[in-house]
Amino acid sequence: NPQKPNQSREEKKRKTKSARRRKMALPLDLESLTEALSGNLGMGVDENALISKLGKSHKDHRKLFRKASKSFFVEDEERAFEKCHDHFVRHLKLEFSRFNNAVVMWAMHPWERDARLVKKALKKGEEAYNLIVEVSCTRSAEDLLGARKAYHSLFDQSMEEDIASHVHGPHRKLLVGLVSAYRYEGNKVKDDSAKSEAKFLAEAVASSGDEVVEKDEVVRILTTRSKLHLQHVYNHFNDIKGSDLLGGVSHSSLLNEALICLLKPAVYFSKILDASLNKDADKTTKKWLTRVLVTRADHSDEIKDIKEEYNNLYGETLAQRIQDKIKGNYRDFLLTLLSKSD
Amino acid sequence: MATLKVSDSVPHPSEDAEQLRTAFEGWGTNEDLIISILAHRSAEQRKQIRQAYHETYGEDLLKTLDKELSNDFERAILLWTLEPAERDALLTNEATKRWTSSNQVLMEVACTRTSTQLLHARQAYHARYKKSLEEDVAHHTTGEFRKLLVPLVTSFRYEGDEVNMTLAKQEAKLIHEKIKDKHYTDEDVIRILSTRSKAQINATFNRYQDDHGEEILKSLEEGDDDDKFLALLRSTIQCLTRPELYFVDVLRSAINKTGTDEGALTRIVTTRAEIDLKVIGEEYQRRNSIPLEKAITKDTRGDYEKMLVALLGEDDA
Repeated sequence: NPQKPNQSREEKKRKTKSARRRKMALPLDLESLTEALSGNLGMGVDENALISKLGKSHKDHRKLFRKASKSFFVEDEERAFEKCHDHFVRHLKLEFSRFNNAVVMWAMHPWERDARLVKKALKKGEEAYNLIVEVSCTRSAEDLLGARKAYHSLFDQSMEEDIASHVHGPHRKLLVGLVSAYRYEGNKVKDDSAKSEAKFLAEAVASSGDEVVEKDEVVRILTTRSKLHLQHVYNHFNDIKGSDLLGGVSHSSLLNEALICLLKPAVYFSKILDASLNKDADKTTKKWLTRVLVTRADHSDEIKDIKEEYNNLYGETLAQRIQDKIKGNYRDFLLTLLSKSD
Repeated sequence: MATLKVSDSVPHPSEDAEQLRTAFEGWGTNEDLIISILAHRSAEQRKQIRQAYHETYGEDLLKTLDKELSNDFERAILLWTLEPAERDALLTNEATKRWTSSNQVLMEVACTRTSTQLLHARQAYHARYKKSLEEDVAHHTTGEFRKLLVPLVTSFRYEGDEVNMTLAKQEAKLIHEKIKDKHYTDEDVIRILSTRSKAQINATFNRYQDDHGEEILKSLEEGDDDDKFLALLRSTIQCLTRPELYFVDVLRSAINKTGTDEGALTRIVTTRAEIDLKVIGEEYQRRNSIPLEKAITKDTRGDYEKMLVALLGEDDA
């Protein structure tokens, strides 16, 4: 068909505009938009998708989206509008803040990061004390010391006094001891001491008397010996007992965690990373992802070990898992941190 | 205040090193020369002299001193020449190898040093002994002594002046209740003494005195004389609140013992000469009606005496 030669420029413009509108007038895809908002149990928000889809959307299509999205909105039939579920607003706030929190944490000095982690854990209470174990057992002696210095500066008190006054029972001695340690980091080990301590641990674990964590000697060994010495103890224990010291020898999860953090930090980190990436992870657990990657990214040896261990344990790469599960800037930031060690 | 006397202009460290070398040459040793140099140099200066000596003669000055000198004088020179952090590492390491009087040394180092000084001692300990101070202390102490000493040596106290008066009141009350029932090894008593800042502890015990009409140390006199743990607890509190009085007590019993306890005497003089030996001396005189220097010269002799007197700032150099 020949073109109409007398079409005015304005007419042409009008036609292209409505053609454009019709093009944009594709309804919002419920599935992909929900995905972009991490409504399907992912993490973070896909900023680009939100800009290109939601940002450019027509209000009618947004209405359709609200009507269709039962997880985020609820229809108020009496008044004929779709209102947000309370949790939608909270959910968005949380998902949008993941990138923010990661960046803030990343910019902070490692000492301040760790001091604030410990403080937060104390405020939260018993269920968060595993963070104190993590910080005190996986950092180097100098880094732990630095965290204690930062604690002075930030909170006008010592880390150990704060922990000691908030924690009661047998865990007090364990936690105070763990954060107070300034472990030797050289390569000299007294193997006979390690052997006799392994023997003691084996007996402590087997006996049905006091809980393992309540035994002073056990706490002494864990809170004062160098990590290399503890490796020797570990090997001797496994020989003596024929079972793994890391198999959960105590009813105290904090003690078990201390052991794995001190002896096999890569395994520990891999496990909690995986837990955080699990679709059933709760709000708190999901935050572990940021914490682990941000606090470990500067230590390329450790990140390498973690990646390797993760792959061994779960048969896929951590990067792939993150790629699949996480969205937007948050995802890109994490992947960047992860690739620093390459 | 320090008693150490250092003149405004001192020779270059390599000159000092050379002079010290001559002190070892020939028969015997020129102890006077050694004292005239080392007892009048600051810690930083002594460090430089050691370095210069090592560079020039290929030997550690301390090893040479060890070869040439003996007994109390040597011990005094050795302790004095070491850097404070190394000195504390040495003292605490020795203390883990001996018996009960050594618990006192561990407590003394842990409680009378600043947080930074204690930290440096722990670092020097790693370097020198290839293990941590706390693992040795934990391994070599038991029971209630371990419960107190390990937290003390691992403390990294806040050093600010801020004090929480409500907390001071609570903790003074808590301590009073435990002490009343003679629960000296109570967890919370130990927790307070081993984690709170010195300012906070002072506030707590001032509050204690206000509320109960007597000083904490007086309250603790009610216990058993033979209770060694109680004695250590009292010394701990004294070190944290009035260290100069603690040192006066130790000096007095060191000097008055039949046969002086040179170990304690040497330790106190060499570790405090650059810190607060002056104040300690003044307090000593106040309580014993005799100047510290006089008490020392009455009980010691020879080069050992000369060294101590020099560190007291009382020699003519």
